[in-house]
Amino acid sequence: MHMADALLSPAVGGTMWAASAGLTAWCARRVRALRDDRLIPMMGVMGAFLFTAMMINFSIPGTGSSGHLGGGLLLAILLGPPAAFLVIASVLAVQALFFADGGLLALGCNIFNLGVLPAFVAYPLLYRPIAGRTFHGGRAAAAAMVAAIVGLQLGAFGVVLETTCSGISSLPFRSFVLLMQPIHLAIGVVEGFATAALVGFLAHARPEALLTMPLAAAERRSLRPVLLGLVAAAALLGGAVSWFASTHPDGLEWSVAKITGRAAPDSPPDRVHAALARAQEKTALLPDYSVPQATSAPAKYAGKSLAGVFGGLLALALAGWIGYLLRTRTPVASKL
Amino acid sequence: MAVLAHYFEVGRMDELGRMQSPIHRLDARTLIVTTAIFLVVVMSFPRYEISALMPLFLYPCVLIARAGLPVGYLLRKVALAAPFAIFVGLFNPLLDRHPVVQIGTLALSGGWISFASILLRFFLTVTAALVLVCCTGIQRLCAGLEQLGLPRVLAVQILFLYRYFFVIGDEGARMLRSVAIRSADAQALPWRIYGTLAGHLLLRAMDRANRIYRAMLARGFDGEVRVLRPTTPGWRDAVFAAGWTLYFVAARHWNLAELAGRVLDCRL
Repeated sequence: MHMADALLSPAVGGTMWAASAGLTAWCARRVRALRDDRLIPMMGVMGAFLFTAMMINFSIPGTGSSGHLGGGLLLAILLGPPAAFLVIASVLAVQALFFADGGLLALGCNIFNLGVLPAFVAYPLLYRPIAGRTFHGGRAAAAAMVAAIVGLQLGAFGVVLETTCSGISSLPFRSFVLLMQPIHLAIGVVEGFATAALVGFLAHARPEALLTMPLAAAERRSLRPVLLGLVAAAALLGGAVSWFASTHPDGLEWSVAKITGRAAPDSPPDRVHAALARAQEKTALLPDYSVPQATSAPAKYAGKSLAGVFGGLLALALAGWIGYLLRTRTPVASKL
Repeated sequence: MAVLAHYFEVGRMDELGRMQSPIHRLDARTLIVTTAIFLVVVMSFPRYEISALMPLFLYPCVLIARAGLPVGYLLRKVALAAPFAIFVGLFNPLLDRHPVVQIGTLALSGGWISFASILLRFFLTVTAALVLVCCTGIQRLCAGLEQLGLPRVLAVQILFLYRYFFVIGDEGARMLRSVAIRSADAQALPWRIYGTLAGHLLLRAMDRANRIYRAMLARGFDGEVRVLRPTTPGWRDAVFAAGWTLYFVAARHWNLAELAGRVLDCRL
């Protein structure tokens, strides 16, 4: 179920259309530059496979529910990012036109959320580094899981941003995020399972399809696009974090207090707000940047420094990750 | 079986697109551009607008009537597509509770009005998209889009996807049927079996693609896919596009429903 036109404003829809259209043109040029005629029927058939695979449900181990493959990440693994993006765009277009699944003006948004993020962010930045060049079943499955989860989280966040910026739905940003992200975490796990299952099967049945797929034209590309992508992803995530932080900046609370005479605006006393507030209380690890129930002064400082340590560890992990990506590959001794 | 149902759907819409009618005889580009303008106008209304959206129903109604499309079928497809919009739109009445309108003893909040507006927009946009496909058919639609600037690779991709959807769907339906027979019709497969089943389908699809490629080579494929040139636009297309665009702009600028209401009021 993709985004509908009804919740989108022309400005947001038009912008995302422009972005997706530009990317489509670029990918079309890249695919033509590959000069691989076999790619044309393969892309069509992969799109048809995706449609069919969406109708095959599997039960998720551990829970009682079932799910199906989305396919963006799998396509990127098999065809390489530019071709995979075009296939995803075509599948979404057919879904929008024939099944009314996703609006026509929202197609730009849907192509961006479901195409760009798996093919150009999740695949090169997460799957490839984790799975590595030599195929190993467990690693590839884990890589697929991680890449699928992150890709879907980013996609869901994109939907939230686009809907909120359009201003037609009254759903506030925070509630929408709290609603979408957990649901898409579950969907991401499902996608990870499905992709991992297929990648694992291919590893045994036809490993050459996975390694240096000739259709993917193992591009000896420089690290620059990877770095740029990483910077963009980091900026997006950083922006998300700072957006969260800025929904309750002290300045706002201060100005609201000045205007209304109260410390914080009263939320309507209804069940939805109460439920969401409770959910927020439960999920906030470090509300207001300190450990909860810190009353005495030393405890309060401990709370603040805990937040600092947490943030510091996160920054360290990010730095390590960037370092891992930048590491020089040990040259293979020539066989001469 | 779900797979079969789905691809009969797709086939039916293309069949409708190949009918003959005054609308079907228009150039595909005319319909694409007019529908795009329609969508932009509908989406540009402010949140609480209801009455001004009503005159815009004229466009899908006239097209369905002139093209001879089956109304029940289209309504069912719109209903099937409704869940997402309803789900998100339903938050509006819950969050926006300031009463705005009094009808007898019932006080409607702003949230309900914006929810109704969302539903109306949804209905208009989805119907317009379905009507577009049912009036052009996938071949002419892709050719028209390509003439309007869609990259050739993507237009070809959509056509191939459409063509092989039935082929791969057939394979998938056969595999699902064999699994159903061997598993007492279980609805969801265990994970490992899914991997094998879907994996085999994937392998068959890839092998199919390679066979198709060799068949194309044997028939002289040289890398360039040639798409049939569609009709050239005539005066009818210009009249259609200009007329509807004027109507959309007028409906956006003035609230035609309100004007009509006032006229009726004066008469009565």
